[in-house]
Amino acid sequence: MSATNLHLFVLVVPLLSAFAVNLLGRSSKQWIAPLVLGSLAFSVIGSLVTLARVVAHGTLRYTVGNWQPPFGIELVVDPLSALMMVLIAVVAFLASFSSLKSVEQELPGRESFFFTLYLILIAGLFGLVLTGDAFNLYVLLEITSITTYGLIAMGRGRAALSSFNYIIMGSIGACFYLLGIGYIYILTGTLNMADIARILPTLNAPVATATAIAFVLVGLWIKMAFFPLHSWLPNAYSHAPTGAGTMVAPLMTKVTVYLMVRVIITMYTPALVFPHAWITNSAVWAAALAIVCGSMLALGQKDLRRMLTYIIIAEVGYMVGGIFLANANGLTGSILHIVNDALMTLCLFLVVASIIYRQGTVSMVSMQGIFHRMPFTMAAFTLGAFAMIGVPPTCGFFSKWYLILGGIDAGHWEFVIALVFSSLVNALLFFRVIELAFFGSLGDGQHHEHTASERHEAPWWMLKPLVLTAALLIVVGLSTGPLVNNVIRLMIPIGF
Amino acid sequence: MRDIHEHSAGEDLVIKTSVRLLVPFIQLFGLYVIVHGHYSPGGGFQGGVILGASFILLALAYDLKTSQDYMPIWANALLGNLGPVIYIGVGALCAIFGGLFLDYSALDVLIPLGPVEWRSFGIFLVEVGVGLAVMSIMLLLYWNLSSGGALDEGL
Repeated sequence: MSATNLHLFVLVVPLLSAFAVNLLGRSSKQWIAPLVLGSLAFSVIGSLVTLARVVAHGTLRYTVGNWQPPFGIELVVDPLSALMMVLIAVVAFLASFSSLKSVEQELPGRESFFFTLYLILIAGLFGLVLTGDAFNLYVLLEITSITTYGLIAMGRGRAALSSFNYIIMGSIGACFYLLGIGYIYILTGTLNMADIARILPTLNAPVATATAIAFVLVGLWIKMAFFPLHSWLPNAYSHAPTGAGTMVAPLMTKVTVYLMVRVIITMYTPALVFPHAWITNSAVWAAALAIVCGSMLALGQKDLRRMLTYIIIAEVGYMVGGIFLANANGLTGSILHIVNDALMTLCLFLVVASIIYRQGTVSMVSMQGIFHRMPFTMAAFTLGAFAMIGVPPTCGFFSKWYLILGGIDAGHWEFVIALVFSSLVNALLFFRVIELAFFGSLGDGQHHEHTASERHEAPWWMLKPLVLTAALLIVVGLSTGPLVNNVIRLMIPIGF
Repeated sequence: MRDIHEHSAGEDLVIKTSVRLLVPFIQLFGLYVIVHGHYSPGGGFQGGVILGASFILLALAYDLKTSQDYMPIWANALLGNLGPVIYIGVGALCAIFGGLFLDYSALDVLIPLGPVEWRSFGIFLVEVGVGLAVMSIMLLLYWNLSSGGALDEGL
């Protein structure tokens, strides 16, 4: 067995163990945790080795079944996809510890079904970042979406309705993407991204090309919950089972943003997208609006998890805006923010999962005095909150710095103002929670029964990955330099 | 509910008898479509749909229980998982034996048939996996939708 297939095994091992979980997990629950954790641990190691290989030797091109592209399906592992593979593997691995615990509590007897979908979703995400084929990307996008619908619908209460809402919106997004790819196929006669990038500039069909680009971008924007198209996300993510939220919330939107970067850089090439000032200007304005509105909506929430879902919407605005600033700093900031935001969201959602595991709710009222009950969890929460606000040396600071520099370079002051505004709102949001959690009073003298309770920390099984994630926030923040110079810079197209 | 069923169209003797006679032939045709899929029209998906439809026909003409006598729930779950495992397993075996993923000619090391013959035989194995998965998922979808997820009484 040679290392040529390693990156594919990163995908295949979770996929195969998904079916093993389904078969063996029905009879005995003891199989589930070793299978899930073992396969994801393999993926973490495999993706790290792949990243090291790609950084050392350059882009890997791989043909499935040895059918040569453009006829066969090509997998392309360049530095960006290798970085995303590591991110997905690490986030999924850390989240699965917490998910195993909370699913055991919330969905007793249905663990095997949950983790089958969970592992297929992870395999689909790996596929999304590996593929170099536009139609293959659509199929994998649907695999990840359908498994997510299933995971969300397993929640209680209105989860099924939220999931149905997401199905409608997600299917519209997928249709738009597919329509765009259909136009591309009619224009170029190929579905291979590199081939499309080669043929598209030689065609003299500006209107058709622009239509195709618009369809694909809007489709992806729906899938990533970019501001005016975000309405499905808060309900879907806050009604989902806690175990699903810890993995889906950090990864789905971020991987979709990656897909947008991939489509713009690799498939359409920046030369086709960015010279149209009206596209970039309106996208950056929409992003600024997304940031402001996401932050404002987050301010109005009474539940921590719901508040975080609106922050995700604001963060999607950061990344989309950064890309359409169309300069090196903006693009670097966006790609860096994909990594950082996944880790920050993971950290905060792990905190939410721990608190829900102990007290069943994360409403603001129930957070009073929680610092005394769950000190380690809340310390990690504070770190995650600092990263979201953008306090150095946590990772959130560095990507925001790049984004602000990019905004200044491009002269998009509205984006810079939106970023600063959102940081201030985040500070307000999180310090409100931290104040409640630490001093434990709403000021009205009620709810004292909550504050006077003894220590009741989350189980080790949930606490250890949380502490590790919080540590990663600082480690990634401090290693921003090497990360940008060795990995992300390689992806910035020439001429930026 | 039972007496309503006695008089409903689904319990008709003509329907029951013709379905009982038709189902073996439908299943045989499904298998034919699967095994000939790699060199003539047809394939795993189409054959799997025909196989699944044969069990759904049983469930429609009789009831859910009858179709579950022919295809027990555990066997359906087993086959549904086995299908993808065959597909992915064949692909992974190719990669393990020195080729690329799903490059069936690499399996020549395992049983020397010649790379060309293996390409044909490999796609056949994959089609069998697809057929099993499609059949059991179709049936499971019908069972779940018609009984509200309880897999017992149904239409």
